[in-house]
Amino acid sequence: MATSATTHAHAAPQGFIRKYIFSLDHKVIGIQYFFLALTAVWVGMFLSLLMRLHLYWPNAVLPLVGEIKPETYLSLLTMHGTIMIFFVLTTAPQGGFGNYFLPIQIGAPDMAFPVLNMLSFWTTFVAFVVMLSAFFVTGGAPLHGWTGYPPLSAVQQAGPGEGLGADLWIGSIAIFCIASLMGALNFLTTTLDMRAKGMTLMRMPLTCWSWFITAILGLLAFGVLLSAGILLLMDRNLGTSFYVPLVVVNGQIMGHKGGSPLLWQHLFWFFGHPEVYIAILPGMGVTSQILSTFSRKPIFGYKAMVYAMLAIGFLGFMVWGHHMFMSGMSPYSAFAFSILTMCIGVPSAIKTFNWLGTMLHGRIRFKTPMLYAIGFVSLFVSGGLSGPFLAQPVLDIQLHDTYFVVGHFHLIMGVAAIFGMFAATYYWVPKMFGRMMNEFWGRVHFFITLIGTYAIFMPMHYLGIAGGTRRYSQYTEVAYMQKLMPIHGFMTYAAIITIAAQFIFVINLFWSIFKGPKASDNPWEATTLEWTTATPPPHDNFGGVTPVVHNGPYEYGVPGAARDYVMQTDPAIGAAH
Amino acid sequence: MADVVLDHTAASHGAAGQYEAPLFGAYSKKVGMWLFLASDSLTFGALLVAFSYNRLSNPAWPTPFRVESITNASIMTACLLSSSLTMVLAVFAAQRHDRAWTRNWLLATMVFGTAFIVLHGMEWSHLIHEGMTPFGNPWAPTVPQFGGTFFTLTGMHMLHVTIGVIYLGVIALRKWFLPILGAIWLVGFFVIPSDNVFHYGIHVLLVGLIVATVILFLKPKDYDAHDVEVSGLYWHFVDLVWMFIFPLVYLMSTKI
Ligand code: HEM
Ligand SMILES: [Cu+2]
Repeated sequence: MATSATTHAHAAPQGFIRKYIFSLDHKVIGIQYFFLALTAVWVGMFLSLLMRLHLYWPNAVLPLVGEIKPETYLSLLTMHGTIMIFFVLTTAPQGGFGNYFLPIQIGAPDMAFPVLNMLSFWTTFVAFVVMLSAFFVTGGAPLHGWTGYPPLSAVQQAGPGEGLGADLWIGSIAIFCIASLMGALNFLTTTLDMRAKGMTLMRMPLTCWSWFITAILGLLAFGVLLSAGILLLMDRNLGTSFYVPLVVVNGQIMGHKGGSPLLWQHLFWFFGHPEVYIAILPGMGVTSQILSTFSRKPIFGYKAMVYAMLAIGFLGFMVWGHHMFMSGMSPYSAFAFSILTMCIGVPSAIKTFNWLGTMLHGRIRFKTPMLYAIGFVSLFVSGGLSGPFLAQPVLDIQLHDTYFVVGHFHLIMGVAAIFGMFAATYYWVPKMFGRMMNEFWGRVHFFITLIGTYAIFMPMHYLGIAGGTRRYSQYTEVAYMQKLMPIHGFMTYAAIITIAAQFIFVINLFWSIFKGPKASDNPWEATTLEWTTATPPPHDNFGGVTPVVHNGPYEYGVPGAARDYVMQTDPAIGAAH
Repeated sequence: MADVVLDHTAASHGAAGQYEAPLFGAYSKKVGMWLFLASDSLTFGALLVAFSYNRLSNPAWPTPFRVESITNASIMTACLLSSSLTMVLAVFAAQRHDRAWTRNWLLATMVFGTAFIVLHGMEWSHLIHEGMTPFGNPWAPTVPQFGGTFFTLTGMHMLHVTIGVIYLGVIALRKWFLPILGAIWLVGFFVIPSDNVFHYGIHVLLVGLIVATVILFLKPKDYDAHDVEVSGLYWHFVDLVWMFIFPLVYLMSTKI
């Protein structure tokens, strides 16, 4: 069974297909995930552009979709949210960067189960294709939003798009669940079992901790969504009534009776709340890594960071009810969910202050990755501050289903996680592709995106407080909402500019991958293991040797050391610590 | 296929002393199985929640199971409990490197598992015959959830037991298991009348056959004590799940 004890067991594969398509190499799989997510984010962003254009110019005829009817708008909304959350925020940070860098950062030659790793990528790919196909079937994409609330999602006749389109949507989600479960299992086993000598848990870079905890959340959350999705499919196609009470559609009584839409809400949000942390935790990890590296200081409170992430993960499973305050839940449950939700503010604040403490008195190098990491902290705070408001059942009765919520989750989850990905991209592309990205255009991209996203999502809070409801396709028919139209106009213009600026990013990315200046092995003078190996890393990551770790991950500015940083593999200060 | 065969388990690395001690001392597969079971228990957990939720919100929940049903389900439970015992014996035999008895005990486990599936299938057919469907039942017309939850929960479990039997078959007999599985599939398909759901349900075996073939040909190897132990974890888990389903679904719906 033990094929080879010392070297990475499988030889580098030959042939295009084995090397780039059905590769078992975690690095190739990571890049595949990355490009899948990059494709998905452009689709998702295009849909959001159509929505924004329609919101301000409701009668305009738009390219590809023509005139936007209310149900078209809802399809766009559903697919935008679903694609962004599943195929971007869940896929790139964990499947992409995690796959590429987790094994390298812990000193392993590959993931624990390479075949499973390949399967999870291709399963995700299938899920994405199935999801997109919902656009092209009769009736089009579903209308039920990314949360898929029944009865709308459970009754075929409930609307256009709720026929085959909705089946494909649920099918895609179920396939995605299986892919994510396989991925999570692999990440956890790898972290637990394949750390190089000296890489104790408390010496792991915070990125590894964040991928590890994200994988725990994924492992426990996706199984529940899978079951919930199967039941939903049965309600739709086998005539069961798990989620559907007696409903009347277009004057016709449907065959269902006695089911409860709230059951879906419970199951969905038991997954859904951990899911938002699945999206954001890897961003937290990479932000910690970058802030420490570019401040040339050890991360402030390493252990506190680890425990805070664990606490967030743990509490994340006990707060799903805060999405359901409006469902008529007992005030006692609401009270409990409210308190537990606000408890999450504590570890979140610990992390924020530790990031600030890391930068304090640092010799900060304002490179693009650093700018994005700072942007992440900024967005995390701005988006996070509205959380405690929403956690008050009394306030939530007013704010639920308004643009306030949309502003909240876009800042904290959407854009903050995207900033984490940008930071990771600018930081790691030199290692992944062997070439540096352009600094100047990176900065231009950063400032437009930062200001642009604030300009899009900040006004949503005012809109929401003023009573601007979400998920409506048109606001021009209601008197009090007409007065809010200028705000919609402002957000639409900001969105156009921000989306345009993303071309800077992709052009920079592809230009750099092919033409950028060659990167050295350790361009950022960072300390973790990926910077000890060649650029790009060889097939087995460390060229036949296994690194031995002597130091913690963030040894910057160590007194008495020759340079201002000490690699994790340097024996130099091992004794002193 | 060279690199599919090779493994990256911490066992091979750990032996060289270049890695931190892995969690279970030896091999990643066991960690992987425990993690899978953790997530699978949440999958079943969600179904059990769905069952309980529906049951609590429908006071007219029927309690139709007469003594024959309960006896049948008790025999099924006894089969699973015995199969857990034989599974433990298989693991012990594997650890003694006693190949013959490993195989025998695994086969015994599979026999109990198959008996469970057959008894359960007969029970299903009987209930369907009485008029129970996923969307209705003769005892409480206002509570279609009775059939829905019953068939989902026990169906999901039956699927797990079936996968378990195939899994054990692959471990115990390797390639020789494939023709047996194929034969069972074909015989089942022709013997079960076409108005019975299992006429179609038996195709699960075909899927299992294909997957098992792919695995056995891509990764031909002798399964050792570790593999037996890992399959045992799965098997015990499936038994454990039944210990929740039996009281919740059957005993609490007994006709008194
Ligand atoms: C270019 C930036 C973006 C713009 C202009 C934008 C715009 C919008 C708009 C107009 C809506 C519909 C609001 C409503 O009517 O209720 C929406 C919903 C949503 N967006 Fe975005 N979005 C952007 C980026 C993102 C990102 C990065 C994510 C990733 C999480 C995301 C996730 C969502 C979700 C989950 C919804 C809610 C869908 C639903 O309620 O079913 N968006 N967005
Ligand atoms: Cu939440």
